[in-house]
Amino acid sequence: MTKSLDIPPKGGFSFDLCRRNDMLEKKGLKAPTYLKTGTTIVGLVFKDGIILGADTRATEGPIVADKNCEKIHYMAPNIYCCGAGTAADTEAVTDMVSSQLQLHRYHTGRESRVVTALTLLKRHLFNYQGHVSAALVLGGVDITGPHLHTIYPHGSTDTLPFATMGSGSLAAMSVFESKYQENLTREQGVNLVVEAICAGIFNDLGSGSNVDVCVITRGNKEYLRNHLQPNPRTFVNPKGFTFSKKTEVLSTKITPLKEKVEIIEADAMEE
Amino acid sequence: MLFRWDLAYHCLVCSRPCKRQHTRQLYPYLTGSFVITMDSVTESQRTLYPYVTGSSVVAIKYKDGILMAADMGGSYGSTLRYKSVERLKPIGKHSLLGASGEISDFQEIMRYLDELILVDNMWDDGNSLGPKEVHNYLTRVMYNRRNKFNPLWNSLVLGGVKKGEKYLGTVNMIGINYEDNHVATGLGNHLARPILRDEWNENLTFEEGVKLLEKCMRVLLYRDRSAVNKIQISKITEEGATVYPPFSLRTYWEFKAFQNPTAGAEGSW
Repeated sequence: MTKSLDIPPKGGFSFDLCRRNDMLEKKGLKAPTYLKTGTTIVGLVFKDGIILGADTRATEGPIVADKNCEKIHYMAPNIYCCGAGTAADTEAVTDMVSSQLQLHRYHTGRESRVVTALTLLKRHLFNYQGHVSAALVLGGVDITGPHLHTIYPHGSTDTLPFATMGSGSLAAMSVFESKYQENLTREQGVNLVVEAICAGIFNDLGSGSNVDVCVITRGNKEYLRNHLQPNPRTFVNPKGFTFSKKTEVLSTKITPLKEKVEIIEADAMEE
Repeated sequence: MLFRWDLAYHCLVCSRPCKRQHTRQLYPYLTGSFVITMDSVTESQRTLYPYVTGSSVVAIKYKDGILMAADMGGSYGSTLRYKSVERLKPIGKHSLLGASGEISDFQEIMRYLDELILVDNMWDDGNSLGPKEVHNYLTRVMYNRRNKFNPLWNSLVLGGVKKGEKYLGTVNMIGINYEDNHVATGLGNHLARPILRDEWNENLTFEEGVKLLEKCMRVLLYRDRSAVNKIQISKITEEGATVYPPFSLRTYWEFKAFQNPTAGAEGSW
């Protein structure tokens, strides 16, 4: 009897340990929770391009793991993507597609298009049948104009004039549905996005802290990190923090870390 | 923990899991010197799922009293079965009740309240039940039914004015009750409350209040699958309750992105 060769898996997830995990859970083991970005992310199309907005709270179950995380990810100089869902998944998938886009830019010599990012993301997410828990709002301005899309974890996409995702999406959507119009100016658009994110921050428990905004127009982008901080620390000690026991300073010696390096002109190697 | 209405739990009568409600009836059949008792077991008659449901109710306090809005749809699962269900009803002289959830349970609640108001009138003592009292009564009813695992599958909004004091409260099928300046049931909590938290103030006039409620109902119409475009608004003031005739909201669908969504990528969706 010949034993069949073990073929290493080519890709995708390996579900070998699922049975054992189920058995452990039945015996009472609590599975570790993953870091979710219970979130409010929004995007809207205004006169000159796209405005994306996001809150900055990352939650691990009931605990706030990161008070000021970045949910607006860079994809290309003219394309940005907000991510909701499992933080690791959104980070990894946007990083991966961002590097694929850069290679593609080198290959074609052209600016990346939003539909390219869209197709790369949706193909990846569909391939993993929803197990990559990333819900994204993708926006950018390319040669064909401004585009705004939402991408769901199972791989479906929508093209919309305004979009919201995450646990605070209903609160933000109620603001958009009542106040959105076409051809907003930059100022009106940013105000509307900030209002929608604030609705998410104050009405949804999974969202909070600060508002990040990103404005993308033809040939120009502005990443406004912490554009609004509606949740400052209320009681801050004006004296600052002091260590109780002061250590005596006996002697001081300062060594600069940058050394001066001499470059010697050598003969070029002969090939 | 979520209670599953359709599962069997440990029964103290059978000493094993069962879904039934037991009724012991004594039928003494004299055979010789025995008395045989029969134990008749009826299949469960608890509410397990709602059948005909109404969608959200939104209500606010305004300058002269309470304004309440609800649509007139009764859905049978995913079918829009009934399109003229009045879900806002005046109770006595001082209150207004709005209900979402199972319509038959709402009709049962109306019967309980009719009896309550009747008994109150029969006292003929010059006093009449105000909104706080009716809300408390409803809370007790809903909570006790929930404790017997046989809930009235509704989320109720109770508003009214008595002696110049405005009151607006809500109670739902598990007995959670609270009062506030603006309340909503169901999806209204997620879509309408954020708008109301931003834009409600103490001194809304009737017109401003109606405009605010229309804004909330429009968002619900766009984003709640069980909403219908036939809205009823009702108000209650010191003078009494008025339920206005139904009307429909104007909606806007002409966004450029909706006209040709795949303009950028032919063949995509």
